[in-house]
Amino acid sequence: MIERVIIAGSGGQGVMLLGKVLAEAAMRQGWQVSWFPAYGPEVRGGTSYCMVVISDRQIGSPYIDNADTVIVLNNPSLEKFKGKVGNKGMLIANSSLAGNFTASGVKLLSFPFTDIAMKIGNIKVTNMVVLGCYLAAKKIVDRGNVLKVFDAMAPSGKKEILAANRMALQEGERLVNG
Amino acid sequence: MSEKRILMSGNEAIAEGAIRAGCAFYAGYPITPQNELIAYMAKNMPKAGRVFIQAESELAAINMVYGASAAGFRAMTSSSSPGISLKQEGISYISGAQLPAIIVNIMRGGPGLGNIAPAQSDYFQATRGGGHGDYRLIVLAPASVQEAYDLTREGFALADKYRIAVMILGDGVLGQMMEPVTLAGKNAGKPLPKRWALTGCKDRKPNVVKSFFMAEGGLEKANLDLQKKYKIIEKKEKRYEGLFLKDAELILVAYGTTARIAKNALFRLRGKGRKVGLIRPISLWPFPADAFRMPGRKARYLTVEMSYGQMVEDVKLSSGCAEVDFLGRSGGGIPGEEEIVNKVNRMMI
Repeated sequence: MIERVIIAGSGGQGVMLLGKVLAEAAMRQGWQVSWFPAYGPEVRGGTSYCMVVISDRQIGSPYIDNADTVIVLNNPSLEKFKGKVGNKGMLIANSSLAGNFTASGVKLLSFPFTDIAMKIGNIKVTNMVVLGCYLAAKKIVDRGNVLKVFDAMAPSGKKEILAANRMALQEGERLVNG
Repeated sequence: MSEKRILMSGNEAIAEGAIRAGCAFYAGYPITPQNELIAYMAKNMPKAGRVFIQAESELAAINMVYGASAAGFRAMTSSSSPGISLKQEGISYISGAQLPAIIVNIMRGGPGLGNIAPAQSDYFQATRGGGHGDYRLIVLAPASVQEAYDLTREGFALADKYRIAVMILGDGVLGQMMEPVTLAGKNAGKPLPKRWALTGCKDRKPNVVKSFFMAEGGLEKANLDLQKKYKIIEKKEKRYEGLFLKDAELILVAYGTTARIAKNALFRLRGKGRKVGLIRPISLWPFPADAFRMPGRKARYLTVEMSYGQMVEDVKLSSGCAEVDFLGRSGGGIPGEEEIVNKVNRMMI
């Protein structure tokens, strides 16, 4: 099994954290994982991205040319990375900020993640709505492991942040599971 | 249950490895892509009761390491390619004075200021001695975050054992990438007693640590001592990983991040019945020449690098092959698995 995920958006949308939570949850599940960030000037305002590889074997390159899943949170990211979706790959797009996209051989999931996060009451949890959607769509990483990562990462004494993230994850899963 | 795995970047793992190996002194100056290393040291060295200094320059940092090491402390500095060039004078002095030290180079693109993309184009500088004089560094090239942690700890032990500077040579991918790490063990062997160190000479003969030998024949004798030491290291400290070497008709040679990609290509090619093997040098100096000198082997070699073939020379010298094939990119490109597979397929027609 190998799952290669590119996660892209604008700086501040939480794409690095989304990748880290995914990688850490996958690690807790016993998979081999790698997380590789864009570390150039793009992390200071432009398009930012990270690459996560999950596998049952030793991981070769952490750099992804052909992705199984591409997640884009804004339109520049969609333009930059839509060509990286491999055959029979999945593209998860944030329709709040990214335009339309169709390609043969690509499964497209498009939802207004930013709007959903605003409805929950915290635009900052957009990334976790997306993660919930990804978990439900791909079923590689269990939500239980993600919740454990939330518990480990959340600053102590900030219960409302934890609650908002849990809610976001759940809303994201509901987009796929109904 | 095995040891707990935690997710860490290569830069952080090297820093944590150093702290757990008893690194008492770190001085450095920021540069991408190794900034997480110096940041980790800034945060955690003082907590461990050690010394952290953000120096005013790379030159200052390496000379602080020179001083700390002369005083008997386990000392380290880190940088990336252009910064390592700036440190070369100090590295040469440290080598001449036979001092242990750890120098980390998380390589980026060059020459000049280059760019911040991952690269392996400092191979010549690292393995031939980037400063002046007849000296060598032990050069260790990790290919994973776990190995970055392990080799840093081992590096401290080797540096003390041989009174030599050890370079940990990684690239931007290794420094930036996060992978699971097991932080096993507590230290890299106890620091050896350093009877040569400058610790204050009350009631004993003064120790002398220097790289300046003006007396007739003095420098030649010092250089012969160095050569003797290097011969021993060449004999004892070669490290490599070999895969499918017994029946291989074509052997990929790659180190660090590139070796991971080559390994993926290797498994794909083996799956198609291609008799391909892999030699991954872990010590770049001493170069694992033995791996290339198996009796009866009639394999061709293909080196894969993020440079324009700097390791090819060592593969030629070690294997005795006049022709060694090469696949590489430098300046921002990373050789892809597909590229390697295609090249091998063309070679094995």
